[in-house]
Amino acid sequence: MSWRLWVPLLLFAGFLGLAGYQLSRPRNDFVESRMIGEKLPFFELRPATSDRPGIASVQFADGKPRLLNIWASWCLPCIAEAPQLERLQESGAEIVGVAIRDRPEDVARFLERHGNPYTAIGLDDLSEVQLGIGSSGVPETFVIDGQGRIVYQHIGDIRAKDVPILVEKLGKLGK
Amino acid sequence: MIAELGLAALWLAAALAALQLLTGALAVRAGADGAEIAALTRPAAVLQGVLAGFAFAMLLWVFAVTDLSVKLVASNSHSMKPLIYKLSGAWGNHEGSMLLWVTVMALAGGLIALVERRLPERTMQATLSAQGFVALGFYAFLLLSSNPFERLPVPAAEGLGLNPLLQDIGLAFHPPTLYFGYVGLSIAFSFAVGALVTRQVTPDFASAMRPWVLGAWVFLTLGITAGSYWAYYELGWGGWWFWDPVENASLMPWLAATALLHSASVLAARDALRAWTIMLGVVAFSMSMVGTFLVRSGILTSVHAFAVDPERGTFILFLLMLYIGGALLLFALRAGTVTEGTRFAVASREGALVFNNVMLSATLAIVLLGTLYPLLTEAFDVRVSVGPPYFNPVGAIFVIPMLLVMAVGPLLRWRQDGFGRISRELALIGALILAGLVLFAVIGGIDLLPLLGLALAGALAVASFLPLKGRKLRRTPIAIWGMVVAHFGIAVALFGMASESAFSQERLAAVRIGEATQVGPWTITLAGVAPVAGPNWTAIEGRIEASYDGGEPRVLRPQARNFWAPPQETTESELATRWNGQLYAVIGNEAGDGRWQLRLWWKPFVTLIWYGGVLVALGGVLALIGRVLGDIRRRGFRRRLADRRAEALA
Repeated sequence: MSWRLWVPLLLFAGFLGLAGYQLSRPRNDFVESRMIGEKLPFFELRPATSDRPGIASVQFADGKPRLLNIWASWCLPCIAEAPQLERLQESGAEIVGVAIRDRPEDVARFLERHGNPYTAIGLDDLSEVQLGIGSSGVPETFVIDGQGRIVYQHIGDIRAKDVPILVEKLGKLGK
Repeated sequence: MIAELGLAALWLAAALAALQLLTGALAVRAGADGAEIAALTRPAAVLQGVLAGFAFAMLLWVFAVTDLSVKLVASNSHSMKPLIYKLSGAWGNHEGSMLLWVTVMALAGGLIALVERRLPERTMQATLSAQGFVALGFYAFLLLSSNPFERLPVPAAEGLGLNPLLQDIGLAFHPPTLYFGYVGLSIAFSFAVGALVTRQVTPDFASAMRPWVLGAWVFLTLGITAGSYWAYYELGWGGWWFWDPVENASLMPWLAATALLHSASVLAARDALRAWTIMLGVVAFSMSMVGTFLVRSGILTSVHAFAVDPERGTFILFLLMLYIGGALLLFALRAGTVTEGTRFAVASREGALVFNNVMLSATLAIVLLGTLYPLLTEAFDVRVSVGPPYFNPVGAIFVIPMLLVMAVGPLLRWRQDGFGRISRELALIGALILAGLVLFAVIGGIDLLPLLGLALAGALAVASFLPLKGRKLRRTPIAIWGMVVAHFGIAVALFGMASESAFSQERLAAVRIGEATQVGPWTITLAGVAPVAGPNWTAIEGRIEASYDGGEPRVLRPQARNFWAPPQETTESELATRWNGQLYAVIGNEAGDGRWQLRLWWKPFVTLIWYGGVLVALGGVLALIGRVLGDIRRRGFRRRLADRRAEALA
């Protein structure tokens, strides 16, 4: 009879062990795009500002590798990322932006305050492009080769240490 | 200054909890010699309650005046928010909600220290000591890892707002309602531990514990009902229960509390089921702690992921280990020496209640297993999600027999009875179920579970009133009325659930302005779409004219809202409620060619789900009033008896 009284404690110990094990594991919330290695899906986005054109997927097949930056004026990490994008631009990278669920006036204010490294910015009102290329958050940056193929995905804001990596990826494609 | 006062009160309250733990434990050890030390325990518990209440009042204050030098205010409030949401912001976050939890727990502890006199003093000391132990853990959690009164080095210029999904009057009061429930169960837990320590598991113990279980159960019922309605109209998915881990986390303590409530009744009335009641007391509180842990730690993915923090999860897990592990260890060591109490026959009130307890516990196990299963498989790097295809049929295996016995059990007498005595009632219930089955089967096109649900609901509704048969209604105890109303509420909610599942109709349509579409008996015309603005959001608002069966059209205005601090999109569904159901309308995006996405549902009798929930809670309130009044009357009677004896002796 008395061994049965220990069953609840044993079950509970099992739960504790399981939960403790799960807690101790590093949590990976980054969802990698399955589109890496694939061609960009078809899209056309209207311009987000008056002084830069919008973007369309066909433009990426002109032989020139580019960075495609998914961002938004309402996103705080994007502010942190802005200086690194400027440095990328200075090192010769061409960056096109996709502004997610944004308004032109907010985009303009953001670029005025934090700099404008983009050659073109499209407005993605419904996150269509974002979902289409397999991005699950802002900011994310994709390296696109000269044939419009997605080569590399950087999840989260670009830190100073990431800049050389992205420059190298672009450099390889350039040759 | 206000924040510092609050913090100081919190530290003092923690010190008093430690004192209460210590003096209670020493008094239990010393037994009869410990009277001097024991005299400290009750005042410590009362003062602890007062101080915790004071600390919470200070938190409300800094939120009311939007003191942006307090980190919690700066990160969760905003000067432009309406006052009610400023106040609800005080507990709409991790630190504040934990303080609310501790406060209610301390107040409840103070209350039992003040009023509970029927238990042997030694058991009472053990109970208060256990209560101090539980409280101390929460104080440590608050003070060491989630100080709600932390100041910012530099005051913020403006607050960061509240999650816009949470800016909703229902939701402002949903978590506190559940907390009251959890806290009530923590008191039941302390009683169970106290009784286990002194091995005095008596009917008095059950009567002392029962009001707390009842109160907790009422709050849990209301919390679950409100939470379900919130998910229904706020998430805009048209469903009312998603078997989401967080929903399950609130359902599991409810199932355990329901079982505990019934087994405590057996113990109070018949002095049976002693060890089982203790076990349920421990399990019920465990379930609220496990639920809190699952919600806060974020180890399960859920729509409620706004409260996630793994480090805090570790802390709660540690508390769980101490409380529950400790209590279960005590149970393993002691329960063998708690005698089983009075025997009874299978065909008796106790027999039915035991059956109900086993079924409830099995349902609880099913829900617990389904909730934890993803956790188990993830340890082997397999991601699964367990949903309605598991919970509904597997749960039904145990719920349906339980409901059947729920119809019959209250008709049986205590201790020993025969089914022959109630054969007419049994025949009536059986005939009603059969009639329901035939009726709804003739309608056709209904799945098995909803069909059983509809048939059972009708029979249950009638059966829940049968215990009143032969009683003088005005002299029937309030607690009996409570049972009748609660059981009737279950039948009502069951009918709503089954009807929603059997008869709902859905229409997803893309319509131009001026075009009409049909869902069920409704004709829906999109009359216009216009932008609207609120205090911290803008929205696209559709104007929909809905006419039921060709009648006078009603105007519905569902919105797709954009909040800007922080940026987030939500859908505000609109409901047209009739006595026989609800029309549920959601507006989506423009399709691009001038057509708008409309999602429409016609859900016959869906509102009965929540009316039923409210009835169940009302039944609980009635039972609680009945029990408390009974206790007061009995206490007055005992006092008069004692007075008379004293007079006679003099």
